[in-house]
Amino acid sequence: MTREALYERLNAVFQDVFDDEDITVNDATTSADIEDWDSLEHINLVSAVEKEFGVKFTMGQVVTMKNVGEMVDIILAAIG
Amino acid sequence: MRELEYPFDSEYILKKAKSIKKALLADGSNRMPKKIAVLGGSTTHDIIKVLELFLLHYGIEPSFYESEYAQYWQDAMFDNEELLAFAPDIIYIHTSNRNIVEYPVAADSAADVEDLLDKSYEHFRVMWDKLRETYHCPVIQNNFEYPYYRLLGNKEASDIHGRISFLNRLNEKFYGYARENANFYINDIQYLSACYGLDRWGDPFYWHMYKYALCLPAIPDLSFNVANIIKSIYGKNKKALVLDLDNTLWGGIVGDDGVENLEIGQETSMGQVFSEFQTYIKQQKDIGIMLNVSSKNEEENALAGLQHPDGTLKPEDFVIIKANWEPKSKNVADIATELNIMQDALVFVDDNPAEREIIRTGLNGVAVPEIGSPEQYIRVLDRSGYFEVTNLSEDDKNRSDMYKANLERKKQQESFGDYKEYLKSLEMQGTIKPFEPMYMARIAQLTNKSNQFNLTTKRYTQAEIEQAAADDSVITLYGKLEDKFGDNGVVSVVIGHKEENALHMDLWLMSCRVLKRDMEFAMMDTLVAACKAAGITEIKGYYYPTAKNKMVEKFYELQGFALESADEQGNTVWRYPIPENYENKNQVIMVNA
Repeated sequence: MTREALYERLNAVFQDVFDDEDITVNDATTSADIEDWDSLEHINLVSAVEKEFGVKFTMGQVVTMKNVGEMVDIILAAIG
Repeated sequence: MRELEYPFDSEYILKKAKSIKKALLADGSNRMPKKIAVLGGSTTHDIIKVLELFLLHYGIEPSFYESEYAQYWQDAMFDNEELLAFAPDIIYIHTSNRNIVEYPVAADSAADVEDLLDKSYEHFRVMWDKLRETYHCPVIQNNFEYPYYRLLGNKEASDIHGRISFLNRLNEKFYGYARENANFYINDIQYLSACYGLDRWGDPFYWHMYKYALCLPAIPDLSFNVANIIKSIYGKNKKALVLDLDNTLWGGIVGDDGVENLEIGQETSMGQVFSEFQTYIKQQKDIGIMLNVSSKNEEENALAGLQHPDGTLKPEDFVIIKANWEPKSKNVADIATELNIMQDALVFVDDNPAEREIIRTGLNGVAVPEIGSPEQYIRVLDRSGYFEVTNLSEDDKNRSDMYKANLERKKQQESFGDYKEYLKSLEMQGTIKPFEPMYMARIAQLTNKSNQFNLTTKRYTQAEIEQAAADDSVITLYGKLEDKFGDNGVVSVVIGHKEENALHMDLWLMSCRVLKRDMEFAMMDTLVAACKAAGITEIKGYYYPTAKNKMVEKFYELQGFALESADEQGNTVWRYPIPENYENKNQVIMVNA
């Protein structure tokens, strides 16, 4: 999957979880950029992303991800 | 909402929670507001979020109090002004094996383990007692799920030092408390986690990352289970099944294949599946679910199928059997009318997806499970929680017989020209007395279930009913009615409180199963007598209109009350100065004989 195609699906997940159709994310997006993205919603987000791409993040990955770009790197590495 | 019916897509619910909530709130339905305190021993955020959805789906609009992280015990035990001000209707205690502070260790003696068990139990028991004294409301308590690892392997279950042994024994103590205390309900997460798969349920990722005691995707299963208990407490269980016959209760089509070729009984695998299903349905009847049939068949063939020697269900197990060629939507609607229950109290079970769709779209509120293939029928019906049992009263066990007796009465009524003669022929015997301990559960159940013949639609928990009964300034009456066809059980409830020399009616309700039997007049006669004995000279009646109680709009007028005031919402206040020489209105029921 290309990075662009992945982002298209990822945007849809963000839009669902935060119930806001205007959200688009990029490599530099962090929780500070999305109003409802607090530690509690983060759980749902991670879970929904895992489901969407059929991947499972390890604890180590979840705690060290700095921005959306790093999440995308991990997904791409997992699904090729 | 389809998305919230079992079997649901948990990932979808979690992901779409916000938009599902919006859609539910925008559907214009009228919901019962309830205040729910969730006292957690671990994170509860998403549990509450999803619980809200299921409750909205069940017609309950919840507001929540959520304890600070893992503060369940402190919140319950110490002065808590916020919780007191919140005044919960229900308290849910979400604890798990992560909240066990101390387990037995290998060096412990049997007496040490026993002490530890008592200590662990007491920690919870004192909290439950405290909550009961302070809040007088139902409490829902998780039992303990198994840990995700076994230090002693298989020995964990039998050795007193094993955690599995310890948790099982602790759970048994919880159940003992539940047996001894009304209004205390176990939320069985041991069963839930087993169904879900313990490895996934107990995934330590979610504990160490977020302090969730279960994995996130299992939360809808947990919240659904809690919602089922809550809706059952508030009388929102279903009451009756409407079952198809061909390929639902047996394999094959009786009209085409003939009775002798139906698959039912122990001869074939499919026959066994249908036998097990029939046995399950028969057990539903034993706990008070009314069984009915809607089948496209000649009646003769339908009855022949139900007489199959290997079948567990027989024609007499059903209250109403509709076997004809009318559309099922008509038959199902007629069944609701004849049973005198709302359509939304029915569950429609049919193997044919087209019939299911007709009922789902054509009839308001009838539950229509996607029952899957025959070997899945039991699981789907069972897990859907339609008939979640919170109180099993004697009435529940006899319900089918009571409704059948009602249909017999109707037949007899048709053979009488004069209605009063008919009523006399029923040889009715009433018991009308202040609330008594053995009926508290049934009385509370009635206040939550009765919608039509209900003047104020005030809902009471069992604890509130018990408080009313113990209060000297409150007059309470329950009415029980028997006749020659059977015992209807407790069917009417009246509660009023004294202010100076007037009695203000907080509640007056009657079950529709005894409409037009003059029971309401017998209640009035006894109420007047009780007022006179208490020195009360006037009764004040209140009628608050709802979508369902139009039938009692003029009730107080009929009883001889005078209208005192009315507001623009249609709320009316009535007064009845008790005459010196009150004449009893009821002449057909022998009361307290």
